Amino acid sequence: MQRYTKPAILLHWIIALLIIAAFSLGLTMVNIPGLTPTKLKYFSWHKWLGVTVLGFACLRLLWRLTHPAPAYPFQMPRWQQSAAHGLHGLLYLLMFAIPVSGYIYSLSAGVPVVYLGLFPLPVFMAPNPELKPLLKLVHYWLNMTLLAAFCLHVLAALKHQFIDRDGVFKRILP
Amino acid sequence: MTLRFTLTTAIAGGLAALSMTSAVLAAPLKVDTSKSTVIAVFKQMNVPVDAKFKKFAAQIDFDGTKPTSAKASIEIDIASFDLGDPEYNKEVLKKEWFNAAQFPQANFTLSSIKPSAGAPAGTKYDVVGKLTIKGKSSDVQFPLMLKKDGNTQVFDGTLPIKRLTFNIGEGDWKDTSMVADEVAIKFHFVAMP
Repeated sequence: MQRYTKPAILLHWIIALLIIAAFSLGLTMVNIPGLTPTKLKYFSWHKWLGVTVLGFACLRLLWRLTHPAPAYPFQMPRWQQSAAHGLHGLLYLLMFAIPVSGYIYSLSAGVPVVYLGLFPLPVFMAPNPELKPLLKLVHYWLNMTLLAAFCLHVLAALKHQFIDRDGVFKRILP
Repeated sequence: MTLRFTLTTAIAGGLAALSMTSAVLAAPLKVDTSKSTVIAVFKQMNVPVDAKFKKFAAQIDFDGTKPTSAKASIEIDIASFDLGDPEYNKEVLKKEWFNAAQFPQANFTLSSIKPSAGAPAGTKYDVVGKLTIKGKSSDVQFPLMLKKDGNTQVFDGTLPIKRLTFNIGEGDWKDTSMVADEVAIKFHFVAMP
């Protein structure tokens, strides 16, 4: 069975690890009560991870647009192929929407993002206390959507590997 | 009778004129707090963050014809510090930051002011003053910019301070890699006679 190209496989796993790290750090930091140096540090790291995901997501989208994914096995039902395409589309969308929503949320709170503490990223929006709670909600629910999509993605991969045994999961293994 | 009347009038008139003159010279300016701002700018892991002191009172007695006799004092309500998040606003009033319960006000008192050398007359002054925050006082020096717009005078300046001088951020917060020691207090006062 045809596999994904090497750069596509590499980008998939790098982004997967970064997203898992950013997601867990995000949940951890908001549960730290009050204001502590650790909390502020986690906020910065979380933002740096998010910006890194966005950067890799841009590369990945460019790669994907110029290098089509390998075809599914012919015996895979049409509805499953469509579902897989739909889910992958949603994951791509969230890969962009989540870091962007977090970035705008941070700007609305009047805290610009300085990548790695070295590179100030553009501030294209003034602090906006009215919009802030809404952006927080958007960032949160996009992440919960991602969590659901991620679970489906993993379950589908396991089903292909252990139930269908059709080699679909092997296409993306390093 | 006529003489007496004239004399009384003259004395009364003279007194009135005198009191008016002194009133014009000594009356402090009215600071429009709705147009004025006091903002602290600090860096948290290299991220510049602005936070406003929403409540303050400013007494400015400044006459451009004799600037060196100017008097000024500013009282800042610490509890009005706004970081843009109610939870953080509560945190910074605690003991290790501002200790607002014990030190509810910060204040600045002008010690001396003179026109800056080289600047066009009436536009820039060298200011020395005493800044007190969290019960600690320190002398600060900064350039003061003045703009006149009709009757209105606009005073702008930035006080560079070090937060640890005033014990702001104790314990773990002494770490200046988290919150930089350097803080700029930017003020903008709009005043009218």
